[in-house]
Amino acid sequence: MPTQVAGNPPSKIAVRLTGVSKSFGGVRALDDVSIEVRVGEIHALLGENGAGKSTILKILNGVHAPTAGRIEVFGAELTEHTPEAAKRAGIGMIFQEMSLVPTLTTAQNIFLNNEIKGSTCFIDDSAAQRRARELFETLGVDIDPKAEVGALSAGQRQLTEIVKAISRNVRILILDEPTTALSGGDVEKLFAFLRTLKSEGVAIIYVSHRMDEITRIADRATILRDGKHVVTAPMSELTLDRIIEHIVGRRSRGFSDVKRLAASRGAPLLDLRGLSGPRKPRAIDLTLYAGEVVGVAGLLGSGRSALARVLFGIDPKRSGEIRIKGAPVEIKSPKDAIANGIALVPEDRLRQGLILEHSVESNTSLSILDRLASRFFVSSARASEAADRQIETLRIKTGSRDAPVRTLSGGNQQKVVIGKWLNAEPDIFVLDEPTGGVDIGSKAEIITLVRDLAARGKAVLVISSELPELLTAADRIVVMTDGRIVSESARKEFDDPNPGDDVGEQLQYAERKLSSIIQKAHAHV
Amino acid sequence: MSDAVVKSSAPPFIANWRQYIPYLGFVLIFAFFSATLYNQGFLEPNNQLNILRQTAMISIMAVGMTYVLSAGEIDLSIGMVAGLISCVVAVAMDHYGAVGGVVAGLFVGGLVGLANALLTTRVGIPSFLTTLAMMGIARGTAMWMTQTKSVPILDDNFIWLFGGGNLGPIPVLVIWTLVIAVVGHVVLRRTTFGRRVLATGGSEIAARYSGIDTRGIKMRVLIISSLGAAIAGMLYAGRLHSGRFQLGEGDELSVIAAAVLGGTSLFGGAGSVVGSIVGSLMIGVINNGLLLMGLEYSQQLIARGVIIIVAVAISQSRK
Repeated sequence: MPTQVAGNPPSKIAVRLTGVSKSFGGVRALDDVSIEVRVGEIHALLGENGAGKSTILKILNGVHAPTAGRIEVFGAELTEHTPEAAKRAGIGMIFQEMSLVPTLTTAQNIFLNNEIKGSTCFIDDSAAQRRARELFETLGVDIDPKAEVGALSAGQRQLTEIVKAISRNVRILILDEPTTALSGGDVEKLFAFLRTLKSEGVAIIYVSHRMDEITRIADRATILRDGKHVVTAPMSELTLDRIIEHIVGRRSRGFSDVKRLAASRGAPLLDLRGLSGPRKPRAIDLTLYAGEVVGVAGLLGSGRSALARVLFGIDPKRSGEIRIKGAPVEIKSPKDAIANGIALVPEDRLRQGLILEHSVESNTSLSILDRLASRFFVSSARASEAADRQIETLRIKTGSRDAPVRTLSGGNQQKVVIGKWLNAEPDIFVLDEPTGGVDIGSKAEIITLVRDLAARGKAVLVISSELPELLTAADRIVVMTDGRIVSESARKEFDDPNPGDDVGEQLQYAERKLSSIIQKAHAHV
Repeated sequence: MSDAVVKSSAPPFIANWRQYIPYLGFVLIFAFFSATLYNQGFLEPNNQLNILRQTAMISIMAVGMTYVLSAGEIDLSIGMVAGLISCVVAVAMDHYGAVGGVVAGLFVGGLVGLANALLTTRVGIPSFLTTLAMMGIARGTAMWMTQTKSVPILDDNFIWLFGGGNLGPIPVLVIWTLVIAVVGHVVLRRTTFGRRVLATGGSEIAARYSGIDTRGIKMRVLIISSLGAAIAGMLYAGRLHSGRFQLGEGDELSVIAAAVLGGTSLFGGAGSVVGSIVGSLMIGVINNGLLLMGLEYSQQLIARGVIIIVAVAISQSRK
């Protein structure tokens, strides 16, 4: 395809987005973004979580249609926005091992649903193997066409996946965090392969949080922030500091109105010593005190949720020690964690936190069934009382305590999860992304709740990807990368040494400072 | 108390009208047969008692099934287990008397349940497959131990207590059904165990994150189901004065249909023992009505299949 269009200057552009916007409900995920990706380049897409990268990928991939704007592929406008149309236009996205069948060989996978047939109408496996071998050879990939995919390494599977896309005439290849599951050697092989593809005229869009990889492999980069295009430039013009500066930017979000009750730090409640999980977290040393909120910052996959899972007995502990009020404890199941006074408001509210079809009352009483029961029978009067208490104190907006939680808004659902644990009266609260999928007004309300927990003498650990929220909630912030805690600072260390009057601006200052710590920590892994 | 809560007490009854569909269906079907089969004696007390007697085993197994389905599992082995237990009881009684027979029946029933439970929760085989395999094992064992012959039961006390007897005008079978239904209903609705069963089936992950031992819950419901099948097997044996491997054949289908008709979800998280009993009675009434209408067995099978599909389709449409 590139040869057909050679000599036609505008078509040196593989993909051109012009003024593309996308709104979900009232939220603008992308705002008037224009990007050009050239034939034969590796184009990095950079930005924080929620900056709009994945929205762009989904629009290119045909999963979402843009609300406004124009998309051209090799000079032709893309009018239909479906995955099929994207495929026809030559756009292919590589998912993490998603499209390979582990029980088939690499050759069978490459030609899956596109099988080579012999003169009879039967599948010709040996022809498929020959073709696959040719493909692997021209692309310089060392994989046996007869090997079963299940027996391959993560890196080999990744390469097979890409070869499969290329064999189907993909000329624009999208890679989203392709190296997360790869070993160092496999990363090298992937990069060598990507360079080969580039020289064949394939346009590659590369999304990664790993700055070291970006600086090595990318030719140009586009940086997005809050759904807007910030800059597109050759990598040679972008230093690491400039990239981080562009990624972090200046922002304002509405947390300035959260009232921070002064909580005084009390006795140590939870003490982690060298705590390690199955893969993550690694060697965590951390102490939580009564009346204090500790925030955990870090990028996706940095091991924050894994830490919560080990603490709550969902993932097994590998090594290290958990001490509660000075005494070592063994936490082997959520039941043990609850018995030791730990509560977890989990990351995935809908799956892990709630039984959606069940009522508010049934959900809020789940954590305290034994306490609601006298001998064998659950007292429904006490269950109703416990539900009403939380509906009232947390101001949960619901038709009644009998309404299924499915019918509540995201913010109110989250309050039900928090109410469930308030009923159990734990000493230690772990909240994983407590405001995920919650509208901005309720976000501030939930953060206020978190502060109240500390004011009531609980030890609170808040994990969040939203930095303003973390800075508003926490007294102390730790940053995690690759399963480890790499920095720990008191909240006031993020304050502007020469503060202005504007509370919003002070928060922005702190946010920039925290964000650059996170980005730098990640770049040096 | 906030006003949001106070204004709540009125709506649920009307808002949840769909949960009354099974009862409405039962009334409609009953009314239909009452009208059309009035002259065939459908409403005669004897016929009505007969329906209750015939459905007792299905009803009792449906109580166990309500627990299994509510916890998000399934038990296909119950029909064959009932047949096996009828044989175990009959054979054991020959050697150890009536009490020995009952103890042996409950013991073997519990053992089968434990095997189902361990295979499902510890080995990790889906209960659908575990109990499907157990179906064959139970059936084969029953045929083997009896040489496929019927084993007669001669103990009059056993026969009276398990199926044949009457307490005043009320058949003992009806009392069994009533007692098990009441206990089953109260335990599911009012105890911590019942709440945990519903939570496990509603969302196993959320239940685990709430500190519930979901594996233990799943084990217990599978054992309960097998014990229910064991009791049903003894009632079959008492009613027919013998242990036979064919007893209970195909009951798993009627039992699952009864539970689903009664509003128990096949996907877990919602279950009603009272509903299952009503569902079971509905199946009993349909069987009886079709018989009185003079349909041939082949026609009965077809009509019953169609009616169950329609009824279940309506009761599932609430989702």
